[in-house]
Amino acid sequence: MSEKQIDELSGVETTGHEWDGIQELNNPMPRWWLWTFYATIVWALVYSIAYPAWPLISTTTTGFLGYSSRADVKNELAAAEQAKSAYVEAVKAKSVGEILADQNLRQFATAAGSAAFKVNCIQCHGSGAQGSPGFPNLNDDEWLWGGNIDQIYQTIAHGVRFDGDEDTHVSEMPAFADVLEPQQINEVAAYVASLEGQADTPDLVPAGAQVFADNCAACHGENAKGNKEMGAPDLTDAIALYASGQAAIARQVRQPKHGAMPAWGERLGDVKVKELAIFVHSLGGGE
Amino acid sequence: MLDETEVERLEVEAVNSAKTRQPLYSARKKVFPKRASGRFRQFKWLIMLITLGIYYLTPWIRWDRGPYAPDQAVLLDIANRRFYFFAIEIWPQEFFYVAGLLVMAGIGLFLVTSTVGRAWCGYTCPQTVWVDLFLVVERGIEGDRNARIKLDGAPWSFDKLWKRVAKHATWLVIAVATGGAWIFYFADAPTLLGDFVTGQAAPVAYMTVAILTATTYIFGGLMREQVCTYMCPWPRIQAAMLDENSLTVTYNDWRGEPRSRHAKKAVAEGLSVGDCVDCNACVAVCPMGIDIRDGQQLECITCALCIDACDSVMDKIGKERGLISYATLADYQSNMAIATDPVTARIDPKRVRNPEGKLNAAIAHFRLGRIFRLRTLVYAGAWSMIGVALLVALLSRDRLEVNVLQDRNPQFVRLADGSIRNGYTVKLLNMVPEPRTIVLSMEGLPEAMMSVVGMDQPESRSVTVEAEPDRLKTIKVYVRLPRENLAEGQSFTFVVEDKASAESDTYVAKFNVPEAAR
Repeated sequence: MSEKQIDELSGVETTGHEWDGIQELNNPMPRWWLWTFYATIVWALVYSIAYPAWPLISTTTTGFLGYSSRADVKNELAAAEQAKSAYVEAVKAKSVGEILADQNLRQFATAAGSAAFKVNCIQCHGSGAQGSPGFPNLNDDEWLWGGNIDQIYQTIAHGVRFDGDEDTHVSEMPAFADVLEPQQINEVAAYVASLEGQADTPDLVPAGAQVFADNCAACHGENAKGNKEMGAPDLTDAIALYASGQAAIARQVRQPKHGAMPAWGERLGDVKVKELAIFVHSLGGGE
Repeated sequence: MLDETEVERLEVEAVNSAKTRQPLYSARKKVFPKRASGRFRQFKWLIMLITLGIYYLTPWIRWDRGPYAPDQAVLLDIANRRFYFFAIEIWPQEFFYVAGLLVMAGIGLFLVTSTVGRAWCGYTCPQTVWVDLFLVVERGIEGDRNARIKLDGAPWSFDKLWKRVAKHATWLVIAVATGGAWIFYFADAPTLLGDFVTGQAAPVAYMTVAILTATTYIFGGLMREQVCTYMCPWPRIQAAMLDENSLTVTYNDWRGEPRSRHAKKAVAEGLSVGDCVDCNACVAVCPMGIDIRDGQQLECITCALCIDACDSVMDKIGKERGLISYATLADYQSNMAIATDPVTARIDPKRVRNPEGKLNAAIAHFRLGRIFRLRTLVYAGAWSMIGVALLVALLSRDRLEVNVLQDRNPQFVRLADGSIRNGYTVKLLNMVPEPRTIVLSMEGLPEAMMSVVGMDQPESRSVTVEAEPDRLKTIKVYVRLPRENLAEGQSFTFVVEDKASAESDTYVAKFNVPEAAR
């Protein structure tokens, strides 16, 4: 122990620490401060007994109050479910058309559908529902199987070309490589390309029109406007599911690709499907 | 006129007196402040009346804002995120006004401290004001200093018991009222009071009142000067704030020393004595329990009650007031230089007084001009500038605003006819407590048309929206630009206008088109 140092001016003992000539006085702490400190220790002990605290080998003490943050979350989730149950019941009871007409319910269903979409749909349709080649963009106003609310609901509930659902949308475009001559395929591709934009070989277009009328109009319509009953796309508009341009069209004519979508009705339940339909309808292309 | 030996002498010692060796932890020394009277005491009564009045009564002031907003003049409506201050209503994004006020409060504190020292501590700090109030109660029930010391030392008796019970009960009533007043700033006061007494208020209201009751009672009644000395950081900060021209409560030892309790006798013996008769009145009135004659110290809150106490003693013995006074360090040091005998390095009372017994003409007194110096002017200037800026911002602020969030995923959508569509979330802020009819229209991109989700209307260039009073209205807007016009430009302007008041706001929005079409 070093010798006791007394500050001259105040007569108080110093700690002996000095910074730039300034010494630290060793004034006594107030006793209430000491008691406050003891009180915090007692508090900590009581707290660690009352609440989960002490680590054991494979678990922790649970505390005599039985508190757990997991139970808290569970309660809060239950409370949230309870809070929205009135809306959920209404969604369950009403048709998608009725939901759409009800401002409050539509708002609820849109929000709920948005959440469900992020979990179930974005894997194929993209996080902004913008699609990608082969997977339709849901924001636009081109619909393969129809864009009114009932049609959207039907498509989501039963899927497209989905084996497990009897009511699923089914249609298949033949592979025209087996039906048409290569020259004819080039001609019809030129014709379809000319319907929206430019054909690479404009001189083939008139012949292609004839090939189209003979082979394609049955499904796509005489004016090539498509047929939503059988999911035949409109070939005159600016939107192509796979790719645009004559070469891509020729490929699709020879050996068509067909997309498939699972039926969500069984899997998610009717309420979720309704919510998803309302959400998809709200993306700007709903009819 | 009294002879100085006739002045009542009080037995009291400063709590931080270092005469004895102190242990590691020390118990609180009880302080029994004596009642003071004089100019500063009067001033403090006035400030106590004003500050307590503001605190307790403000929530009860009514202010009519029409049927769509609360009629409480000052209300922090946290649940609805609205703040009302008389004619001013603040939305959360306008909270910078409050930040500006806090900056002003900070600079104001610097200004006040550099000018008149710890005036905040001594006069307006809630701790000081409530301790003062609690002391009034204590004095009223138990009597002044001597009676209280006697009572404190007396064995328990019925008299002591009822006095103590009455004192603590009154303190608790004040504490409940203090904690209670706080919650009225956050909800409609009359409704909340009704709910509170009938047990229907929110649990958080009862908890808040309980906590503030406890802090008021403990800090104001039980801990008092301990809060200032040990818990508050301001006594430490003030050391950096004061300069040699700041006014602080000062014991002028250049005229007080050597102090003597028997001045006449000393003078007869040929000794020269100062003005201090060592009556300890200054220590007895001190709510912090310190001795100002030990010099400037962190415990001193500059409440100036020692000035009152000393002045009344000086009046009695026929000396000039101001033995303890508000003085600057510069004046004090120059006066000390005059008073100190260069040979003995002791204070010689003869050096400060001329032969007629008046104070020497060379003695420095505080001049008002000292307040105006570069430092205080800079503080005052910064304070005023922020104040003016806030005022200008407040008077010119918008009460109708439009904010637009553009869809970024996808950035644009190609429609079947080849046109391009962009989506926007338009937020209309109707910041007045009245419903308004707002027209949202577009300027620029003359071929572009917009449609609002949920509004069954054909595409147009302008839509009419009913905005609820004092609310944010969010609408989803799609804007479509035909294929032929895609190259025309990539931005346009949303305009919102209240036709009734002609108030309007604009937002320049981007319009995204595919790269190939630009």
